[in-house]
Amino acid sequence: MKALPGSFDSRAEAALADPSLQKALANFKPLFVAKRAAAVAELPEFERLRDAAAGIKDAVLCELDVWLERYADKVESLGGKVHFAKDAEAAREIIRDICRKAGARTVCKGKSMVSEEIGLNEVLEEDGYRVVETDLGEYIIQLAKEPPSHIIAPAIHKTREQVADLFAQNHPGRPREDSVAGLVNEARHALRERFFQSDVGITGGNFLIAETGTSVIVTNEGNGDLTQTLSRIHVVTSGIERVIPTLDDLSVFLRLLARSATGQDTECYTTLSTGPRRPGDVDGPEEYHVVLVDNGRSKMLAGRFRDMLRCIRCGACMNHCPVYGAVGGHAYGWVYPGPMGSILTPLFNGLAETYDLPNACTLNGRCQSVCPVRIPLTDLIRTMRNEQVKAGLMPASQRRMMAAWGWVARQPGLYRALERLGSRMMRLRAGRRGALSSLPGAGAWTEGRDLPAPAGPTFIDQWKSRGREQ
Amino acid sequence: MSRELVLHEIRRAIAGAAGLRGRSQLPQRPQPPSYGDRRIDRFTERLEAHACSWEAIGGLDELPARVLAWLEQRGLARRMAVAPPLMELPWPEGVHRHAGAAGIDESVAVSLAFAGIAESGSLVMYSGPNSPITHNFVPEFHLVAIRDEDVSDSQEGIWAKVRAHGGMPRALNLIAGPSRTGDVEQTIQLGAHGPRQVHVLLVRAKGVTS
Repeated sequence: MKALPGSFDSRAEAALADPSLQKALANFKPLFVAKRAAAVAELPEFERLRDAAAGIKDAVLCELDVWLERYADKVESLGGKVHFAKDAEAAREIIRDICRKAGARTVCKGKSMVSEEIGLNEVLEEDGYRVVETDLGEYIIQLAKEPPSHIIAPAIHKTREQVADLFAQNHPGRPREDSVAGLVNEARHALRERFFQSDVGITGGNFLIAETGTSVIVTNEGNGDLTQTLSRIHVVTSGIERVIPTLDDLSVFLRLLARSATGQDTECYTTLSTGPRRPGDVDGPEEYHVVLVDNGRSKMLAGRFRDMLRCIRCGACMNHCPVYGAVGGHAYGWVYPGPMGSILTPLFNGLAETYDLPNACTLNGRCQSVCPVRIPLTDLIRTMRNEQVKAGLMPASQRRMMAAWGWVARQPGLYRALERLGSRMMRLRAGRRGALSSLPGAGAWTEGRDLPAPAGPTFIDQWKSRGREQ
Repeated sequence: MSRELVLHEIRRAIAGAAGLRGRSQLPQRPQPPSYGDRRIDRFTERLEAHACSWEAIGGLDELPARVLAWLEQRGLARRMAVAPPLMELPWPEGVHRHAGAAGIDESVAVSLAFAGIAESGSLVMYSGPNSPITHNFVPEFHLVAIRDEDVSDSQEGIWAKVRAHGGMPRALNLIAGPSRTGDVEQTIQLGAHGPRQVHVLLVRAKGVTS
């Protein structure tokens, strides 16, 4: 997908002023966090599973070429076809070519973030195919002509009323449904025929197993399974970093994924697909293609952001992020929102265009504390800020302030004197309440909250006076 | 061509990061869970947790009568897609059944699971001529027979069974309950695109072999 127009600032401001979005976010925030916590509490080995998962990913990344070759050879020995795409354009061309050769008319899609990343729908629609998103969340935003705002719950920003409006506009001849059950049923009916008409079915691939040449998806709705089973051709889109060695390794990740993502012990459907239909089978696709997308991932492998390639796209980081919870996913401007997006988007789309993203973070570390593959997200966000400074992207005013602070910090006497002065002035100004409701130069910060004044003398002064007492 | 291009980039990146190539050490995985005598209890508990209904039957020969009773309770027609190994069971006259792929109007499918997982309450379906994939996803009502000796403690037991069975089929489906979605206001709603109900017939004693 193309990056959304505007800056993070302007999009975030719009998000904060959007009552429907704020209602949707208020509804979602506590749910995911509580459900994950409950699911994790029931599995005592959860922390050890996180260690193992991070270890498996690290080991694979060290020999990624070897594992990919093993995987690809296995797929092809079972009658599948593996395509390697160096970038988004190459990936789009491969899939367009598959659709063209198939003489396709209808293309059904299960949820795939890689297909969003490479902007697949737009080009397939330009080519004249009927492209149907079949995950309910993706279907809703396809009708609304919006990008996803969350990687596992793409329509999380929509209220029930908004979904009802969209369905009423797009499903003529049906009475308006308002209940959740009615809306889900309506989508079921609307999509049923599409599944049976589908020529090419495109799904993601959560994991690729080298041992067996298998691609794995996990879903709750069953749409990914109908998509890949009823279409004549099944196309899997996946990043090159998704390969793991064996089925037993898969179990480690499956125990983490659903608990981290939705707080379920397992999703409803875990589907392992290997090659096309076999002789004697009465159903299943006649062709099976896997499109492995690099699109900047091999560059990440060499550099300071390699840990990010462990990501299994569960969404726990954004579910626990206070900034995401306040502004939602669209403010981040591209496919991947929240903490993982603040690292991935600059890497995929360039540092200059995405300056705000790593800075829209309080470094509170909640994301890192829940990441199932222990990606040091706050460290990586800090590293990303560092890269921005090195690339000369920090605004001049900020650079001057940091330089001034740096100079003062290197003069201990002056630094302490200024600190003492500042502390005293803040205490004086705060008065008996002990808090400041406004601060020169930080008006935006104090607009929404008070700043507690320092409680007493500075640490250094206390250290000195207590030292004398002992 | 593009394969070599991408692999070349990966090799260059690995070579450029000092010491990366030699660091490949796969970690120890935590032991999978094991339930001992409680294996079947755990399985049925998890089935219920995922909104499956279930009943125990004494053998596969009891299956037709139990399936028909289940359908009758819900006012459903005696018309269904049936897994080939179950076609020759003693079905009464007038039950319309076929063993082909499930069609768009298919309401009921009756399947035989390859295995079950006690850990997660999952049914494991091994696709092939004896187990069409569409039976698992197209009908509104999915009735699944599973022999209790085929229930493993964990996924790892399934992988061992798959390897012994000749490897992976086109589709190995792990199914935990009827299909569901939380995409409208995070309210869980059953019956998204797949079955609205999954009913498990747990075969306690040895029946006919498939």
